[in-house]
Amino acid sequence: MFKKIIFILAICALTYYAVTVHAVECPATGEAFPEVTLSVPENVKEKNYLGLENKGSFKISQIKAEVVILEIFSMYCPHCQKEALLVNELYNIIDNRQDIKEKIKIIGIGAGNTPFEVEVFKNQYDIPFPLFHDESFSIHEAIGDVRTPYFFVFKINKDGTNEIIYSKVGTIEDPEQFLNLILKESAKK
Amino acid sequence: MLTKHGIILTALCGIVSLLLCLSPVHGASEQFKEKIYKTGILKPIDSKTHLKVGDMAPDFTLPSVSGERVSLGRYIGQKNVVISFVPAAWTPVCSDQWPGYNIAKSFFDKSDAILLGITVDNIPTLYAWIEEMGDLWFPVLSDFWPHGEVSKKYGVLRTDGMSERVLFVIDKKGVIRYIDVHDINKRPPLEILIQELEKLTK
Repeated sequence: MFKKIIFILAICALTYYAVTVHAVECPATGEAFPEVTLSVPENVKEKNYLGLENKGSFKISQIKAEVVILEIFSMYCPHCQKEALLVNELYNIIDNRQDIKEKIKIIGIGAGNTPFEVEVFKNQYDIPFPLFHDESFSIHEAIGDVRTPYFFVFKINKDGTNEIIYSKVGTIEDPEQFLNLILKESAKK
Repeated sequence: MLTKHGIILTALCGIVSLLLCLSPVHGASEQFKEKIYKTGILKPIDSKTHLKVGDMAPDFTLPSVSGERVSLGRYIGQKNVVISFVPAAWTPVCSDQWPGYNIAKSFFDKSDAILLGITVDNIPTLYAWIEEMGDLWFPVLSDFWPHGEVSKKYGVLRTDGMSERVLFVIDKKGVIRYIDVHDINKRPPLEILIQELEKLTK
């Protein structure tokens, strides 16, 4: 009898867990992007790009930037493969503008991708900005299992908090126009 | 009392399995939008292959989406062969497996290997599905009729009529060098396959 009650309680706990885990919604504009932790890149150029000093891990709000463009991608996603060239172009546009290159940084997180798979993607498209892996889908779950490619853009406030100014699935279409939109949205608040 | 508990247990189990089935598809590509059928969590492996590493790979001939008939035998003495059986078109994990191989062609080239993709779907279904993925560099073969005959020959036909998610690596002599009958709900990591391919050229 006692065993049965324990069993029922266990199932209730599991049900509660299932409900809470899968109830995570994708963070929207105006909200904060979850404070996820990533590994500091071993590549010195990438480490400098993000303005990181230590080894180990960092929180995304520690990125030295005013605005962060974050792409959720997967090496396996055909749309992300096509998108890679557009995002590279976006990077180059920003990199060529002295007034914003230190203020806007781009990173990518490979949903469900192993480090090797992220590397294959990076090499295939010569991606110049840092990519991170999320092999266990843990970040992906924390942001509501979005489809790929998905773009979040958030402002990092002086107090270390952040605010999302763009949160949308699908292509950025035109890098130049996308950048203008980001600049406009970040100036608003 | 016992029956009452029995009912509660059954109901709770029902709720839990329903929640598991409703769990979202991880990492779904925007490419396919809402076109992907949600299979829920399936029995990880539902067959037992009689084949083992060291066996000769059974020969077969199947129609491909591009129109030609492809035999395994044609590659013997020429190329190493990777066979990727995937369960079905328009399902979550499969739709995001082959597009990955599509950008990994250089690894196959390096190991002098060709990839053959096989499902039990018919040609028109495969055609529409592949169109959605973009151009694939490897042949996609239909094991539709007689249904799942080749899958059965390889011992990877499930009781529901789909094949397993499985990778066979076959060397130039036609000998099976690696078998990965994978959990149908998960995608096999690319590096494992690449490592197996690299072993062939050592």
